[in-house]
Amino acid sequence: MNVRRQVLKSALGLTLAATLGSAALAQDTAKVGLILPMTGPFASTGKQIDAAVKLFLAQNGNTFGGKKIEIILKDDTSNADVTRRLAQELVVNDKVAFLAGFGLTPLALAAAQVATQAKVPEIVMAAATATITEASPYIVRTSFTLPQASEPMADWALKNNIKRVFTVVTDYGPGIDAETSFANKFKAGGGTVESVRVPLRNPDFAPFLQRVADSKPDALFVFVPSGIGAQFMKQYVERGLDKAGIKLIGPGDVVDDDLLEAIGDVALGSITTHHYSAAHDSAANKAFVAAFKAANNGLRPNFMAIGGYDGMRVIAEALKKTNGNTDGDALIAAMKGMSFESPRGPILIDPETRDIVQNIYVRKTEKLNGELFNVEFATIPMVKDPVKAAKK
Amino acid sequence: MLTILFDGIAYGMVLFVLACGLSVTMGLMNFVNLAHGAFAMLGGYIAVLLMQKAGAPFLLTLPAAFMGGAIVGLVLERLLYRPMYGKTHLDQVMFTIGIVFMAVAGADYLMGSSQQIIRLPSWLQGRFEIAGIGIGRYRLFVLCVCGLLAFSLQWGFTKTRFGSRLRASVDDARVARGLGIPVNRLFALTFAIGSGLAGLGGALGIELMGLDPSFPLKFMIYFLVVVTVGGTSTITGPFFAAMLLGVADVAGKYYVPEIGAFIIYVLMVVLLIARPEGLFARARS
Repeated sequence: MNVRRQVLKSALGLTLAATLGSAALAQDTAKVGLILPMTGPFASTGKQIDAAVKLFLAQNGNTFGGKKIEIILKDDTSNADVTRRLAQELVVNDKVAFLAGFGLTPLALAAAQVATQAKVPEIVMAAATATITEASPYIVRTSFTLPQASEPMADWALKNNIKRVFTVVTDYGPGIDAETSFANKFKAGGGTVESVRVPLRNPDFAPFLQRVADSKPDALFVFVPSGIGAQFMKQYVERGLDKAGIKLIGPGDVVDDDLLEAIGDVALGSITTHHYSAAHDSAANKAFVAAFKAANNGLRPNFMAIGGYDGMRVIAEALKKTNGNTDGDALIAAMKGMSFESPRGPILIDPETRDIVQNIYVRKTEKLNGELFNVEFATIPMVKDPVKAAKK
Repeated sequence: MLTILFDGIAYGMVLFVLACGLSVTMGLMNFVNLAHGAFAMLGGYIAVLLMQKAGAPFLLTLPAAFMGGAIVGLVLERLLYRPMYGKTHLDQVMFTIGIVFMAVAGADYLMGSSQQIIRLPSWLQGRFEIAGIGIGRYRLFVLCVCGLLAFSLQWGFTKTRFGSRLRASVDDARVARGLGIPVNRLFALTFAIGSGLAGLGGALGIELMGLDPSFPLKFMIYFLVVVTVGGTSTITGPFFAAMLLGVADVAGKYYVPEIGAFIIYVLMVVLLIARPEGLFARARS
């Protein structure tokens, strides 16, 4: 009898200790709700970011400012309604300290209201329409904006004797962003621009490229979502535009590192402006690329991966600065003005717009040791998002 | 101008090969098979896998895509489709759209969701000019293959014993059966050929239309437009309908890109108002 009571007591004590322990543990963790398209047409974005987030935690440990980071990965299948629901669930049920990920513009916007109401920082790691950061004071971006990447292209083109440009962009937010920012800057510099927009669900680029061929511009400026870039490049060459001396220029999405090998030699010689290339020449990047490849079966990190990697670093640094305080306003304050050396080069979180300020590189697609890379040959240092800069 | 015409015709040719199987099953067997695009996707993936994994030459993947589509078509016809022949069109539509969704999810699971890319042999890449008309080599190749197919289909349908038996079975399956025509076998074979053609079209189309798991949904509209405009009782109807739509689509996107993607629908509406039974169909009594 006594023995039994003793056992019962100690069992009770153990359970109590365990409950207390887990409660204490819960206070020591900071949950990050990572919402990414892991299936569907944009799954490669999700895979790259997820891999980069895992890599960052594997390299740096998972405890920052006394808080253990716990990642909760959710798949929104690139459907904005799902993103919103997941964001709500993560905030209400899981009590996450951060929302992160967001593969496409509408997905990032869908979660913005949740972030505002719950005062939870939303780290945008991929979506690139300029206005996203204005949707909520709790949004911080670690990817890039399309105007940020497109405007320097206009400067480069003007300097390199390109006078007439034909722009071909996919007809949705980021495409229109890329087209208008490039066209405005290019026209202001004295160039002439013709434009055509391609439907998002477009099976064949032939008619649009034929227009370009007939117009004989100096260069063809293109933005298409990275998945269909390969098809575009092939048809560009099939139509003989490369031989007609029409240069291919644009933001770097079309020559995405992840797809470059699949696109093949047709990509050679295209000039693009972007914030990240796997071939970026720095010790930090070489280490990043090598570690990323080793952890992911030789998969090459692309600009999505770098957004995820730096996004995680922003989260970690913010926790360090606040000493583990997960109050949304304190975290946002800690992130504003944060700057560090990323594998892509120096980056800064603009304290005014919470958007990323970074180097934009002019690159040419070349073959290095038998593999295709976007080799950077010029740098425009610390470019701010021009759309928001112009509003002031 | 002529280049646009040429591109449009090549595009239309692929549409024709993709859709003619559908017009056969719909017109001849009175079965609404929305899952037709799934067979096309299957053919496309067979070609992609053979080229990427086994390193097979492109030309060899085409008959493989045809056979793959045909065999799977044959098996599915036997197992799934045959019980549906007697059902209402609504049942058939529900059933086949279900197959489409399963095919989309299956392809996503097995192959991943990204666009598949193939590398054509070098003799099919690039273009040349004849009298100022730029002609893409691959498009010319597609044109030849599909033209040949269309011709042999029409011939097989109207001039061979197989064709006349098939037409007889379609006109009145009961009488045909009474005359000793193996109707079930004919239908199975026809279905297999239709699916095989879809597979071939899928493989040929990778370069022009891309290939990803949403393929059967993305192109379902195009197939249906071709079949409705072309009418379902002949081969020539869908053929010319596909040409017309291909050219209109390409020309529309060239001349008025703002509304280009919409043109084929306008065309469809106009044609259906003018000829509700399809381009060449005799009015049914």
